[in-house]
Amino acid sequence: MELLLQQILSGLATGAIYACMALAVVMIYQSIGHLNFAQGEMATFSTFVAWQLITWGFPYWAAFALTVALSFAGGVLIERVVFRPLKDAPALSHIVVFIGLLAIFNNASGFVWDFTIKTFPSPFGQGPMFGAFLNMHQAGMIACTLGMLVLLYLFFSRTRLGLSLRAAAANPESARLVGVRVGWMIALGWGLASAIGAVAGMLIAPVVFLEPNMMLGVLLYGFAGAVVGGLTSPIGAVAGGLIVGVMENLAGTYVPVVGSELKLTIALSLIILILIFKPSGLFGKTLAKRV
Amino acid sequence: MAIERVSAILFLLAAIAAPMLLSGFFIFQVTMLLVYAIAIMGLNLLTGFNGQFSLGHSAFYAIGAYAAAILMDKFGIGYLWTLPLAGLICFAVGFLFGFPALRLEGTYLALATFGLAVATPQILKLTPLEHWTGGVQGVFVAKPNAAMGLPLTADQWLYYLTLSVFILLYILARNLIGSRTGRALLAIRENPIAAQSMGINVSLYKTLTFGVSAAYTGVAGALGAIVIQFVAPDSFGFMLSVTFLVGLVVGGIAWLPGALIGAAFILFVPNFAEEISKGLSGAAYGVIMILLMYVMPSGAGGIVQSALRAVRAR
Repeated sequence: MELLLQQILSGLATGAIYACMALAVVMIYQSIGHLNFAQGEMATFSTFVAWQLITWGFPYWAAFALTVALSFAGGVLIERVVFRPLKDAPALSHIVVFIGLLAIFNNASGFVWDFTIKTFPSPFGQGPMFGAFLNMHQAGMIACTLGMLVLLYLFFSRTRLGLSLRAAAANPESARLVGVRVGWMIALGWGLASAIGAVAGMLIAPVVFLEPNMMLGVLLYGFAGAVVGGLTSPIGAVAGGLIVGVMENLAGTYVPVVGSELKLTIALSLIILILIFKPSGLFGKTLAKRV
Repeated sequence: MAIERVSAILFLLAAIAAPMLLSGFFIFQVTMLLVYAIAIMGLNLLTGFNGQFSLGHSAFYAIGAYAAAILMDKFGIGYLWTLPLAGLICFAVGFLFGFPALRLEGTYLALATFGLAVATPQILKLTPLEHWTGGVQGVFVAKPNAAMGLPLTADQWLYYLTLSVFILLYILARNLIGSRTGRALLAIRENPIAAQSMGINVSLYKTLTFGVSAAYTGVAGALGAIVIQFVAPDSFGFMLSVTFLVGLVVGGIAWLPGALIGAAFILFVPNFAEEISKGLSGAAYGVIMILLMYVMPSGAGGIVQSALRAVRAR
């Protein structure tokens, strides 16, 4: 029982990382209807910017805020410069552009900040908490993720801008007719996703250490979490990320012989199993389609 | 039609003459180009013609490659026989994977196939299977010599073998698409529900397409194993799937000859990017990819087809 509890808690801690990333994935999916493969590298790049600011002597939270602002602007800029001209191109071409962005950001981080592993400070400290199950940083990370979720929820349900954003995603044509500037809403979605990604990167970096490929694995889990939770629901994304983290941990502990080697495989098979029974994810809305 | 026939003949002549004019390493590269082209063709059948998205084709490529390597290494089966066998094995795996895939669409299917791509290298490294797969070390494959005493070097022979397989599979794919079955596949891509109401067995066709597509990619994997003479788990990761996808889009979706252009892109452009700048080669590759999508959003296929249309309209 002790072991089970410990595995679940440490699963939740890694799950919080995935949940952060899943949240960013859902944000971008909401506004453009695709998974952004470059999301992880964009977040890594943001984290490097934060690292640079801190090394230059900025206090942590100032660097944090500045990085989030810069990432937001960067996300908007990418949409305006790169995706605007391609808005009528086929979906698969967009995916190639994502992959192109991935290559650019990954290479740029490595080129500017080189490939040596860097430590990234945690604002919460590394001391133990709840016995030895979680450390301060992990607890802080879970709290931040939940905080972000609440903020997003309030933004989408209580503000005019959030409503416009949802309208633009749900039905661009009607949204335009009632005066929503759909193009800018999409750019805003990119900005938000990029900013959330930056927060995720800064929270994750103290755990996995900062290097250009830091996010590759995390993003994969983030995708998995987002899809399990349902790509249309931020709450689902967080729940999905946590579920993936816990399942991965439990599979590694309790499945004999192959468990530890096939952690990821077992987690992914479970996810596929969930999807077979709930094809739009646990919390996703099933959309009716017109023939 | 005439233009297509002429370009096919020109391609054949160039392809047959190529190894006489090129040096050893270049022959190897062109052989790999054809191998990738076969894999992209397989992906095109599924994604381009049937509208099912896959990030898992690296898995089928890996299964084909490992099937060939293990059959040769452990069972002493001749390398030529491994090609159809690898195709059959991958057909079975793809067909079976097609069933759960039936329930999923778009992004969700992408995730399921993505799981397959991520899982495959892990399964190949698994300790209980090490006797067969060689674990992290992989399996070495002997390089075959030219058959029937033909006066060719081993590289040239492999090139011609790959070329023949490519041409055979290309013709098969073309005929498949032109047939009643092919029209069913297109109808499913355009609108599954409408296709079903016209009496097309959607589930059967979708799973079969998955199988055929996997078989193509598996044959490519087997050829790749023979050409490179080595298989190892980490060369078949998720990024290989992404590479195939880039090749597919660059070549042109639902346009078969595009496979060659796409394969050339994924094989040569990374090297070219490296020559532009050593440190920033990845960024250069990314920029080239994005610029290409600006110039031709529907890939080479889109450009060629609209050019053909313009010529015919005159």
